Amino acid sequence: MRRSWLFRLWRNRSGAAGLILIVLFLAAALAGALGLTPYPPNEQHAKDRMQPPSRQYIFGTDEFGRDVYSRLIRGATNSLSIAFVSVALASVIGSTLGTLAGYFGGRVDNTIMRIMDLFFAFPAILLALAIIAALGPGFRNTILAISVVYMPIFARVARGPVLTVRATEYVTAARCVGARDGRILGRHVLPNIAPPLIVQVSLALSWAILTEAGLSFLGLGIQPPEPSWGSMLSEARSLLELAPWLAIFPGLAIMFCVLGFNLLGDGLRDVLDPRMRGA
Amino acid sequence: MRHFIIQRLAALVPTLLGVSVIVFLVIHLIPGDTITAMIGTQYKLTEAQAASLRAYFGLDKPLWEQYLRWILAAVRGDLGYSVRSGQSVMSEILRSFPVTLELALFSMVIALTLGLPIGILSAVRRDTPVDLFGRLFALVGLALPNFWLGTLIILVLSVVFGIMPNSGDYVSFTEAPLKNLSQLFFPAITLGFAFTASIMRTTRSAMLEVLRQDYVRTARGKGVHERNVIVTHSLRNALIPLITIIGVEFGYLLGGAVIVENVFALPGIGRLIINGIDQRDYAVVQGTVLFVAVCFVMINLLVDIIYAYSDPRIRYE
Repeated sequence: MRRSWLFRLWRNRSGAAGLILIVLFLAAALAGALGLTPYPPNEQHAKDRMQPPSRQYIFGTDEFGRDVYSRLIRGATNSLSIAFVSVALASVIGSTLGTLAGYFGGRVDNTIMRIMDLFFAFPAILLALAIIAALGPGFRNTILAISVVYMPIFARVARGPVLTVRATEYVTAARCVGARDGRILGRHVLPNIAPPLIVQVSLALSWAILTEAGLSFLGLGIQPPEPSWGSMLSEARSLLELAPWLAIFPGLAIMFCVLGFNLLGDGLRDVLDPRMRGA
Repeated sequence: MRHFIIQRLAALVPTLLGVSVIVFLVIHLIPGDTITAMIGTQYKLTEAQAASLRAYFGLDKPLWEQYLRWILAAVRGDLGYSVRSGQSVMSEILRSFPVTLELALFSMVIALTLGLPIGILSAVRRDTPVDLFGRLFALVGLALPNFWLGTLIILVLSVVFGIMPNSGDYVSFTEAPLKNLSQLFFPAITLGFAFTASIMRTTRSAMLEVLRQDYVRTARGKGVHERNVIVTHSLRNALIPLITIIGVEFGYLLGGAVIVENVFALPGIGRLIINGIDQRDYAVVQGTVLFVAVCFVMINLLVDIIYAYSDPRIRYE
């Protein structure tokens, strides 16, 4: 019996661990979006500044008396929505370009892939910084920077398998019965190149979370007072010895979220791409 | 081999041109008027003042002419002047780059000394507690953001040991080698941590792959000492994929240094870029990004060549 890939993912050790972590973070992000936090994330409690973790504030409060736990939840909303939107943009545009390049070959291939190659000539974070430098910091520009940087990777990941699939007999057969390019791409090519793309999506999400946090840490991502894990960490630096909890919890949040997507990616690769198993 | 190198060098020209076009266009994405963006909105300029500034920076010319002027000067090593400090961008880069380069090299040394042995051990003792520890280390290492690790290191050093690793002025290696190395030690660990993890991971999977090969079985079968099997027969072949990783990741170390330098207040390229962004000093940002991208391309070329040297199969593709 052929079991669904979700079931097989669940049976995979990395996959299951990744799934659990990501579901937890998605739940937190949803709660943050719906305003289901113990306190409003930007509410200042003047009397309770820099409180260590307690029963009232389980992760403590910051220098303005804002509840760290509530801010982390709201930070999950911000980080995950940036990550998902930018990876969605990068994967759709990037894999479309890569698919077209691989499918049509020749001059189309050359033009698209040479341009994509140029983006690989930059250390990723540097290109993101340059884009932010020009457009200015903020939610939307962070999304734009991350998606531009990751788009060429999707183009590359999509193109390879398309070359293989294009040469298969079922594609030739489809063409013989008169199927148009659009139909061949949608019905025959796309389903067969999906596995490596799905794995890449998971890894891209982990990278997007790290990059967003890094940009916000540098003050170039999400702008205050709106919380982001990266900017919370950066704010914590001046109070490091007085309130270490401010630096510890946002870092843990970033680490476990990135770990979750990495594990999920490893699990997906094991399940969807048997050749890579154990690599 | 010579043919291969010439071919790669020739391919370098269009790549570098393309890179420069991207850098130029990205910086010219600035919405609205560049002069207003540089000066900020707190100063009101008359239209005549703005126009003369625009003429001074050549911003009144068409885009392609601005690009040509910029790239022709850049080829001669002139990246323009910083609007803030008044110094040439090239001299600022040449002052900061050694810091970044040393930091990246130092992290690479740390990553190799830790990552290689752990990776080999993990592969040789597969599925033992040693391997489990190694894999766990790799997972955590790849997920740990370097700016958090840096912050934690500062926290531990200052609270537990009462030292501030980023206090005091930076001294260069030629001025005071020991002081310089001690200043860079913790930043290098911070920057090299994820690199260690990925070297460990690559070493492990490359070793596992090689250990499955027939020639390893042959070597064992004819009674070669296990240490020899691992060092001469396996490791040498496993090193080939490692060269790629080392090259690619070295480029990322240059990028990662941007953040780590800001955590530890080191006066490298990363600080230069971030200060440039904060102060809207576009000549600095543009010049520095171009400089780092050119280094990155050169490193990749070097890796390709080393790769071709170490594996003759590649040259004939």
